[in-house]
Amino acid sequence: MRVLYKNLWRRAACVLLLLVAGVSLSADWLAPEGYAREYREETSAPPSRQHWLGTDEIGRDRFARVLYGTRISLLLAPAAALLSTFMAAFIGGLAGHLGGAWARTAMAVTDLFLAMPWLFLLITVRAMMPLNLSPMISVLITFLLLGMLGWTSAARVLCATAGSLRDSDFVRQARASGIRSSRLFWIHVLPNLKPVLYAQFWISIPVFILSEANLGILGLGVAEPMPSWGSLLKELEGLISIGDEPWKFVPLVLLVIVVTSFQLVLSDQEQVAA
Amino acid sequence: MLWRKLARHASVLIATVLLGGLLSAILVRLAPGFDVDELQLDPRLNAESIHAIRESRQGERNILRFYFHSLERAFHGDLGTSLSLQQPVSTLLRERGPLTLRLVGMGLLLSWTLAMAMALSAAWLRIPAYDALSTILSGAFLCLPAAVLALFAVLWNVPGSLAIALIVFPRVYRYARNLLAKAYSMPHIIMARAKGLSELRVLFWHVVPVVAPQLLAVAGVSVSIAVGAAIPVEALCGFAGVGQLAWQAALSRDLPLLLNITVLVTLVTLLANSSADVIGHVLGGRQA
Repeated sequence: MRVLYKNLWRRAACVLLLLVAGVSLSADWLAPEGYAREYREETSAPPSRQHWLGTDEIGRDRFARVLYGTRISLLLAPAAALLSTFMAAFIGGLAGHLGGAWARTAMAVTDLFLAMPWLFLLITVRAMMPLNLSPMISVLITFLLLGMLGWTSAARVLCATAGSLRDSDFVRQARASGIRSSRLFWIHVLPNLKPVLYAQFWISIPVFILSEANLGILGLGVAEPMPSWGSLLKELEGLISIGDEPWKFVPLVLLVIVVTSFQLVLSDQEQVAA
Repeated sequence: MLWRKLARHASVLIATVLLGGLLSAILVRLAPGFDVDELQLDPRLNAESIHAIRESRQGERNILRFYFHSLERAFHGDLGTSLSLQQPVSTLLRERGPLTLRLVGMGLLLSWTLAMAMALSAAWLRIPAYDALSTILSGAFLCLPAAVLALFAVLWNVPGSLAIALIVFPRVYRYARNLLAKAYSMPHIIMARAKGLSELRVLFWHVVPVVAPQLLAVAGVSVSIAVGAAIPVEALCGFAGVGQLAWQAALSRDLPLLLNITVLVTLVTLLANSSADVIGHVLGGRQA
């Protein structure tokens, strides 16, 4: 019965994720005016038939911005997760496969990164970007940084897994038959790391979505006028009470739904990744 | 054996802190935009002034020289001067350190109290509805960005330490709940409970020795999470602590300040992790 409920929740989460992704991908059709158009005569307007979620302080349609922002966050967080998984596979997997001094050095570098709180590291590096970045470049840099700095914990797990494979019978046999180390890694070790790699990839997505949101609220995320969940949540900064303008919470509600759905879908993946 | 472990931890700690500072300096130096200063964009300044601003940053161009020079001065108690705030870094850290320490300390205390109370009651009661409810509650906080919790703290005028506590709590609760659930399903603990031993006696005599080493490791990690959470909480709630200083230093590309804060943060998180490891080792030794 418990398994049935678990599967039911997981399916519901999958449907929700697909629904949110589907709606955000059809942003061009649902909000053809785009996210940057300013309705100057309707600044800070409440929800209406024309603007379903009202407008922001410079008159941009909030519904359009939520749709485009969701698309950016939902497309680029997996891209960053893919990059970090590749880096983790390359650094951690290879270090574990080679062992010895290579593994020790790679793990020392990993420990170095892990010694600094994640948000602190992100803020430090993100703040070093030029001031006059174009919005598109700022989007790319934000998610590129997430990918390039988020590989460390995954690398540690992959190094341990690859290290355990190094002493396995099939790897010893392959080595004894004279196979080159690089070929051994690509043909025999890497395919065996796949379950951990998949798990790390999926686990990284909600982490990166939340990190981008944190950066956005702190003013270090995606540059205006490009929307993302982070930049949309920055609007909450000027709020005096929740009851006054509840529609401003829509990006937050959407973010919580998506991250919760990911957690429900990934409840088993976490055990694989550990 | 303990002294050897302590010495190993100390050497790893010193090496990591030094390398952490260097890494931070290299990252800052190599990142595009290192030379871009907001002052250079001021339209009132003429070419000569802009050139002078650029020249003033020449000393930081060779990162190794800058880093070793900073280290040498640090050994003599001089941590340099903040470029953005024009104050000695040591003064800034001394002034703001206690507030962050209080915030992080209180946040950790609150989060651990809440997490352990909920995890223990879930393990004792074994009511599926309660377990599900507490899991949903912790999961909800896990899905909220730390900065949003900080914004809510401002909105509802609650203490910043509570915001930090709510950021740390779900991470601690998840581990504690799983550890306690596993411990309470061990045969000797089931037997002890079946024989009618009081819950407190079972907890302190049988459960705590089993879960203490892992919980200590989580305690070490939770310090790192709390220190990281202090940045958005202090920045958005307007607390003049080290977290806010780190944010300001990052925004103004204040290399001397950023370097010292990185070393300090790395030192604190490593000290917490090493202490947890050593205490766990001592406890493990006693049990053996």
